[in-house]
Amino acid sequence: MSASPETVSAGSARFTRYFIYGALIILAVVYLLPLYVMLSTSLKSLDEIRGGDMLALPTDPSIAAWLKAWGEACIGVSCVGIKGYFWNSIKMVVPAVIISTLLGALNGYVLTKWRFPGHKIVFGMMLFACFIPFQAVLIPMARLLGLMGLSNSTTGLVMVHVIYGLGFTTLFFRNYYEAFPDELVKAAMIDGAGFFRIFWRILLPSSGPIIVVTVIYQFTNIWNDFLFGVSFSSGEASPMTVALNNLVSSSTGVKEYNVDMAAAVFAALPTLFVYVVAGRYFVRGLMAGAVKG
Amino acid sequence: MTTIEPMPVITPERPRKSFADTLRNGLPKLVLAPSFAVILIFVYGFILWTITLSFTTSRILPVYKWGGFDAYFRLWSQPNWYVAMQNLAIFGILYIALCTAIGLFIAILMDQRIRAEGVLRPIFLYPMALSFVVTGTAWKWFLNPGLGLEHTMRNLGWESFTFDWLVNPNMAIYTVVIAGVWQASGFIMAMFLAGLRGIDGEIIKAAQIDGASTVSIYRRIIIPLLRPVFLSAFIVLAHMAIKSYDLVIALTGGGPGNATELPSTFMYSYTFNRNQMNVGSASAVMMLMGITAIIVPYLYSELREKKQ
Repeated sequence: MSASPETVSAGSARFTRYFIYGALIILAVVYLLPLYVMLSTSLKSLDEIRGGDMLALPTDPSIAAWLKAWGEACIGVSCVGIKGYFWNSIKMVVPAVIISTLLGALNGYVLTKWRFPGHKIVFGMMLFACFIPFQAVLIPMARLLGLMGLSNSTTGLVMVHVIYGLGFTTLFFRNYYEAFPDELVKAAMIDGAGFFRIFWRILLPSSGPIIVVTVIYQFTNIWNDFLFGVSFSSGEASPMTVALNNLVSSSTGVKEYNVDMAAAVFAALPTLFVYVVAGRYFVRGLMAGAVKG
Repeated sequence: MTTIEPMPVITPERPRKSFADTLRNGLPKLVLAPSFAVILIFVYGFILWTITLSFTTSRILPVYKWGGFDAYFRLWSQPNWYVAMQNLAIFGILYIALCTAIGLFIAILMDQRIRAEGVLRPIFLYPMALSFVVTGTAWKWFLNPGLGLEHTMRNLGWESFTFDWLVNPNMAIYTVVIAGVWQASGFIMAMFLAGLRGIDGEIIKAAQIDGASTVSIYRRIIIPLLRPVFLSAFIVLAHMAIKSYDLVIALTGGGPGNATELPSTFMYSYTFNRNQMNVGSASAVMMLMGITAIIVPYLYSELREKKQ
């Protein structure tokens, strides 16, 4: 009771600050731990992994496991590393992202600036398509790809990812163009500009941020996809995630944890890179896909 | 169109205009049409196709022979399906509750005018950029009973420390929860943080002047104001929980035994490995119904709100 109210609250305020920073630092360490363990394991030798401590820094860091994962590790029966699968993923991601983003931009443009009766239903149906469990379309898609001769091909996977990404890309652009002033579009119409001209000259130049958001969102989603990859491709045509899982879950031979972790790092690198470079846009994409879903 | 045909002779300007009008009216729809057709066929058409298959006798390949509700009866008499549903309940409830609680907790801490916010935010969020397969691989190693956390703790001197959840059929599903929460809670944190930043500071100031403590301000004012974020977080997490597939496959492969079977892994193995395509389709239909029950009311209210 001797202390004045101010010093009590100042003391407890300082304690609160310590608590906040302490809790945040502990949490940050917990969140970073798996990444740290993954990285440090990939830099250790197998002997060090077996004998040592998972949390210890590598005593003699070497990128041998990385080189092995990239060029020599055995996935299934072929021992040529994950590089081919990495390129498979790139060949799948790039066209799928470009096509789905372009179509999403056009769809969003039509659904906001060229409205027609029933546009709400059309958008609602496209929106619901974002959320369906893909298990509900898996068997028909496998059949169709088979009939088209596209099963086990990158082209088939590109097609699948474009189709099931359309809902999201349309959603992103629709919400963005919704806020774009109609007056500008109307003025251009009066000046005689046509559908594509307005899109090209007026909307597209100011679509930078949403294009970045959409591209990042699609890139991350498609790169990280596993279900479509494992359902519609096998062997050499698999994308990176499927190859990683095959590598890690294979039970033949000596389990090389360092190689597994190096392969996991390779699978994580592209999306982590995008996240580090453009994290702000990444989060915006997630939020747009979630909050306004 | 045909009624306009004779017009050019009288006034040469109108047909050009009406042709332009037709094009102007038609072109946007023409641009949208392929995308919409694709969604109609590959989403709604395929869903109907899957529903159809669930009423057939399809085994290894689709056959269109009416089987009635047989597949559904078989599905609901599979002990495996009950394991999957039970696991989904455990995983779903814990995943949603923990992600929401941890996400909100970190968001509130981060909202206390923290100095290093720019450093901390990306640390909590980066797991969301990783593939579930990477997350599963990392955690599988981290929780490895022989060489992972258990080994480390024993090295540190805690000889009796055991952590064998990954290979313990009774506990394996909780490792999926741990890895899932690690991956998604940062994102939920970001959602709550955005919500917190959107709250009008005046309300809080007024409460402070009235002498309300920080805890009661949060309990009585701020958290109730975050209701829409709770709803969004619930929708996102519930939907991710039902769809969860990659994480389980990479972390436990559905095992040990069938200890971490989920509807998604059940559907895949019955369809593609066990040659019971009709049962697999029926399980996919159940998943779709589950997601529809959550998503459709939400989308409906979201789209309606925007109209007002």
